[in-house]
Amino acid sequence: MSDRGLIVGGLVLFLALVTLPLWFNVAAGTTSKLPELTLPEGKDPFGTAEYMRASHMDLLMTWRDEVVRNQERTVVGLDGKTYAKSLTGTCLACHVNRATFCDRCHDYAAVKPTCWECHLEPRPVQRAAQ
Amino acid sequence: MSMDRRRFLEVAGLSALVVAGKRGFDALTDGGRAEGATERRPAARWAMVIDLRKCVNDRGCTDCIAACDRAHNVPHFDERAHEVKWIWREPFEKAFADHGSPYTEDAFKSKSLPVLCNHCDNPPCVRVCPVKATWKRDDGIVMMDYHRCIGCRYCMAACPYGARSFNWLDPRPRVKELNPDFPTRTKGVVEMCNFCEERLAKGRAPACVEACGEQALVFGNLHDPGSEVRRLLRTRHAIRRKPELGTGPNVYYLV
Repeated sequence: MSDRGLIVGGLVLFLALVTLPLWFNVAAGTTSKLPELTLPEGKDPFGTAEYMRASHMDLLMTWRDEVVRNQERTVVGLDGKTYAKSLTGTCLACHVNRATFCDRCHDYAAVKPTCWECHLEPRPVQRAAQ
Repeated sequence: MSMDRRRFLEVAGLSALVVAGKRGFDALTDGGRAEGATERRPAARWAMVIDLRKCVNDRGCTDCIAACDRAHNVPHFDERAHEVKWIWREPFEKAFADHGSPYTEDAFKSKSLPVLCNHCDNPPCVRVCPVKATWKRDDGIVMMDYHRCIGCRYCMAACPYGARSFNWLDPRPRVKELNPDFPTRTKGVVEMCNFCEERLAKGRAPACVEACGEQALVFGNLHDPGSEVRRLLRTRHAIRRKPELGTGPNVYYLV
């Protein structure tokens, strides 16, 4: 068993290399860091934060189908007001910054929604970005 | 309980008669959808009338086309193969190939006119779409869901008017001035005129109609006997593109 030192040393080196990304993240302090989102004032008229976090995509898809297929263009929010079922018109009216709201969280979760391949950010947001 | 054959047949026959009677009654009285079913909205039937006596398209006017392109982020490609069109100009003899005769031709030889989707009563594009990305609305608009389109281009092959275009390339960099109120399309989907359904929903006339300085384009409801389109169609001779195909086009040209 003269190779004992070599084998154990090799195993330790292998484990260190395999777990390197974990150590790297621990050192950089990014493991427990959640994305910082720009949040608007007030309550969301379409649901709690938990609901929106989990199901905003279902809500948007439902709105999309209702508007495009059935011409049902408005929805009454939890606050009793009537809103247009519109991502760019209604959601982004309060969540004014796509980059620090939508994109930041989507990047963190590594999801790539295709909304912005066609839909355009509303005017004031574009102006702020320029 | 014992039952002889005769008794069994009597009961079975009577039951069948009752079921059949109920079915028939329902069919006759619309009993399947009783109260509570929402009343269907009295559907409009949208149509466009284009007055070729007023239209100055052959003198180079493209106001309607420019207004539509601005409103809907229609891209401009120089290569004809990549062309995307919602409303565009077409020479008379091409748009109305069947209307030519050696004697009438002179009058229309230099004439060009705006053409667009005819929002047919019997749209072949809708029939062939394998994913129901395009369909006929109650108000007559041939609507399209870009989210659903898989880019198979069956609809383009089916449309006898060439009213549909395919995005071979990413259209966004080729839109002159982006209008954030309307989405662009993406590479790989088909697009076409939507009769400005997004403006109709707000009670506005289509962009091309509003932009025409000559008031050559008139838009209205065919179901309303008092509408301007009905008045024009009553008083003037109107032709439609390729009506012999049975598509039932809803864009009328006054000659």
